Amino acid sequence: MASAYPQGFAAQLKYASIAAVLTAILVTPIFGLHLLRVGYRIELQADWTPVLLAALAVFVFQMLRPAMARQLKAVPWPAMPQIQPDQQRKATLALLVVALVWPFIGSRGAVDIATLALIYVVLGLGLNIVVGFAGLLDLGYVGFYAVGGYTYALLNSYFGLSFWVCLPIAGGMAALFGFLLGFPVLRLRGDYLAIVTLGFGEIIRLLLNNMTTITGGPDGVSGIPKPSVFGIEMARSASTEGGTTFHEMLGMDYDGMHMVIFLYLLALLLAGITLFVSNRLVRMPIGRAWEALRDDEIACRSLGLSPTKVKLSAFTLGAMFAGFAGSFFAARQGLVNPESFTFIESALILAIVVLGGMGSQLGVILAAILLTVLPELARGFAEYRMLIFGLVMVLMMIWRPQGLLPATRPHLELPR
Amino acid sequence: MNAPDQVIDARAVGSGSPVTAAPSATGKSLLTVSGLQMRFGGLLAVDGVEFDVREGEVFAIIGPNGAGKTTVFNCVGGFYQPTAGNVLLDGNRIDGLPSHLVARRGLVRTFQNIRLFKSLTAVENLMVAQHQEMKSGLLAGLFSTPAFRKSEHEALTRAAFWLERVGLRDLANREAGTLAYGHQRRLEIARCMITRPRLLMLDEPAAGLNPQEKVELQMLIDQLRREHGVSVLLIEHDMNLVMGISDRILVMEYGKPIATGVPEVVRNDPRVVKAYLGEE
Repeated sequence: MASAYPQGFAAQLKYASIAAVLTAILVTPIFGLHLLRVGYRIELQADWTPVLLAALAVFVFQMLRPAMARQLKAVPWPAMPQIQPDQQRKATLALLVVALVWPFIGSRGAVDIATLALIYVVLGLGLNIVVGFAGLLDLGYVGFYAVGGYTYALLNSYFGLSFWVCLPIAGGMAALFGFLLGFPVLRLRGDYLAIVTLGFGEIIRLLLNNMTTITGGPDGVSGIPKPSVFGIEMARSASTEGGTTFHEMLGMDYDGMHMVIFLYLLALLLAGITLFVSNRLVRMPIGRAWEALRDDEIACRSLGLSPTKVKLSAFTLGAMFAGFAGSFFAARQGLVNPESFTFIESALILAIVVLGGMGSQLGVILAAILLTVLPELARGFAEYRMLIFGLVMVLMMIWRPQGLLPATRPHLELPR
Repeated sequence: MNAPDQVIDARAVGSGSPVTAAPSATGKSLLTVSGLQMRFGGLLAVDGVEFDVREGEVFAIIGPNGAGKTTVFNCVGGFYQPTAGNVLLDGNRIDGLPSHLVARRGLVRTFQNIRLFKSLTAVENLMVAQHQEMKSGLLAGLFSTPAFRKSEHEALTRAAFWLERVGLRDLANREAGTLAYGHQRRLEIARCMITRPRLLMLDEPAAGLNPQEKVELQMLIDQLRREHGVSVLLIEHDMNLVMGISDRILVMEYGKPIATGVPEVVRNDPRVVKAYLGEE
């Protein structure tokens, strides 16, 4: 860094001035010009104070940089602890305990956000199978999420099937779509695969948007019932004559919070199952084959492993979890529309996997919580959400490209 | 010798029903390659290569750089579809089969520039190699049934055996990418052997090894052949190793075979001397 930096005061002054001017140019459209509505007209109003401040800040920073660089050399980046597998297990258990008591101590809003976080945990862990374990960059993961959501929504609105019947069907449908997507992309790797999966996600969304007669188009499907407690309805009053509701059966007063807690626990169960399954998968031959394929496809073939089967299984199983998450999402919202399944959602799930550390389950869980809870806490900065999000991503990739908690090997030890 | 009119379209050979051909003259030939040709656009990389590897034999392919040795390997192993010629294993056509199906028939190879699963540990590399033999289902694995645990345990035991065999037992839980070069070479051989191959194909196994390691490699190959009954097809530049271990040698130059025979004969063949030392 130091060698690239201009030597001498004059050169430094020139460098800092250029940086300040560039900053002013970049900042002007964002902070310097305001759109003001005056009656029916919109006026452009200039406000130069923030621009000047930004330019000044950059100028001062650039002037002081050599001195700071000398100081900073002694201060290393803060190091994240390398967590051992047994510590990871303990951390996961601790997290589970907190998750179990959470709905009984947290407020309604807190439990609601936690439920959302858990949906992203399921999605993150599912995508982690495809991206983290098998190393197949999938930018259209949200497509499977949509398939799961719409499977429940449509089966319910057309055939009146309940959530519990639809949950496995939704998983199966998403898995089927994963399998179908798997075929055309088998020969692709890296960038090409990313583009095709990106297209696939968009196709699903556009289909849902345009097949108006079946899917309701942009309006989506609404009035999706919440899940029942194993057949017992959880509502103020039974929808059918003579039916019993949850609070009547337990002799409690009706409380809207029950449903919130129930949904939370359901999401927790779903996340728990996903964690268990993906945790088992990496310790199974199929999981090892995924990781082997990620490392070297040609070596896999030379040992008799069919890359086709290995890739398809990763796509199929990964998609299945998105299907589960999707049908739960539909049940929780009571409404699905194509707006919920845009590319930005795929990007968010991928960010969770990358931020957490590809292939690291605990990392993915933490990242999912972080990326759903932080925006909620920073509601005041809602306008700058994506800006902050992007900044965090850039910093993470510079500071810790392997993710918050990099995957720890080995999964399998040969005892001495 | 070269018989392009006998070439059958490789795509006509299905994986399920191998086309049987006339048994070779010796009757115990394991691999028979005839009229092999590989053309990349205008470049004829391999042309008219013929050889057979007998059961329990060490057969070496030598030749100057760019002679087409690795291309022959790639054709035999199913990584390339030869543009002409036959590859027979036990009299069954295997050319045209995808590489993973060739491997399942017992032709397993190492690579010139080692291809280990670098982020997996040494023992996991050997576990992946046993993938085909581990037939436990998804549910059995998820719930870790006794049958699944037994199959894992057996695989682990075999992996331990092979790590011991190549002297890497103490490094079992190290990531393969962090192993020393010589260790990586041996791990790659162990990874092949654990699949119980009939023909072990080694592509320059001595490249980058020091003299001591080369001696150890020669002993290892010899042991594998004697104790595990594997035939070896070898590409190597190190003449001491080749001459010391091979039963027969094929010499290639510019994609064409120029001599075949036992080491003593090949060593004194004027064409071979010319290819290696240049014309006087």
